[in-house]
Amino acid sequence: MSTQLVLLAVFMFVATYPSRALPILAPGIERLPPRALLYLRLVGPAVLASLAAANTLVVKTPDGAPVVHVGIEIVGVLACVLVVAWRRNLLLGLVVGVALVAAARFAGLA
Amino acid sequence: MSASAIPSPAAPDLRTARRRLLLDTLGIAVSVAAFGLVFGLAARNAGFSPIEAMAFSVVVFAGASQFAAAGYIAAGLPWAPIVVLTFFLNARHMLYSASLAPRFREVPLAKRIVMSHVLTDEAFALSAAHFHRIGRLDVPGYWIAALVGVFIPWNIATIVGVMLGSAIPDPSRLGLDIVFPAAMGGLAVGLTTGRRELVAAGAGAIIGTGMSLLIGPALGIIVGGLLGPLLGMATPVPPGTDAAPSISPESEMTGGPVDLATAEAEVRNADFSTSDDERGA
Repeated sequence: MSTQLVLLAVFMFVATYPSRALPILAPGIERLPPRALLYLRLVGPAVLASLAAANTLVVKTPDGAPVVHVGIEIVGVLACVLVVAWRRNLLLGLVVGVALVAAARFAGLA
Repeated sequence: MSASAIPSPAAPDLRTARRRLLLDTLGIAVSVAAFGLVFGLAARNAGFSPIEAMAFSVVVFAGASQFAAAGYIAAGLPWAPIVVLTFFLNARHMLYSASLAPRFREVPLAKRIVMSHVLTDEAFALSAAHFHRIGRLDVPGYWIAALVGVFIPWNIATIVGVMLGSAIPDPSRLGLDIVFPAAMGGLAVGLTTGRRELVAAGAGAIIGTGMSLLIGPALGIIVGGLLGPLLGMATPVPPGTDAAPSISPESEMTGGPVDLATAEAEVRNADFSTSDDERGA
């Protein structure tokens, strides 16, 4: 059984781990000025919303170019967001969003 | 009276919050398992052995870059550009790490080293929302989010996928392809508790989408995550309505924010002599 790619996995770990670890392992981050702490507090909503929007609205063409895509996925994601805002229940939101998308695809609407 | 004998007013809230975290984690775990299966299949099709596929899922543990690497290996790309691409694809984790770091400062170093490795989009989203709800760090809560929600299902699904191969149905037929963006959006809602967070989230979404179209999603998402908070900070809020930063030091007993200057003054002025009541008189 081949194990050659295990070494590539190690190289990829070396490229990934510092991003994950440096701020958590760096001493003294609690002594940051209040403006920096406010910035960090806002990173969570900003980056999660950025991930959600880009993953829903941007797809790559076969030649790798990013293009806008508006499909049933945006309906499913918005339905989930609205349910979470209304009921404060992520699982319920996911079930509603997935069910909408699955039903639309099953019915041939998307 | 000893501190341990004082019933913690935060304890019932913590149990409730953990139950909610587990429910949220369940939804994420289903999605993670579905895509772990697909990664296993993709790795098998790219010529990975089961050991190599598992090495990727355990050691790299970053879905997007694992999928990209499988595609590039199948296309015969050299290793060096794959490693560089991996760095850029995963650079957004720095934002998560920086955001969580103030809460993790009391965690022993060895534990932080391991916690860092399992920090993913989903682990950050679940744990940040959980910490926000309870107002402080909860290490078991982090393990629930990172291990139960992501690491364990991702790795079990990878090995199942690489072994079962083409018997696996396409998750998009079941609508599961929207679980990841929907979960990220839903968890962003959980972190949006004021006008500044709302502006940061809206700006992050718009900038992230726009920049993804210009420079690709890997960097575009990061730009959205970096610039969105700046617009949130520039948003005026009525005096007294801006909540205390959720990453400020907080009391383990009440979950409320700690005014360090006042606390320090109280410690300096405190009379630590034992009272008659405490001696049992």
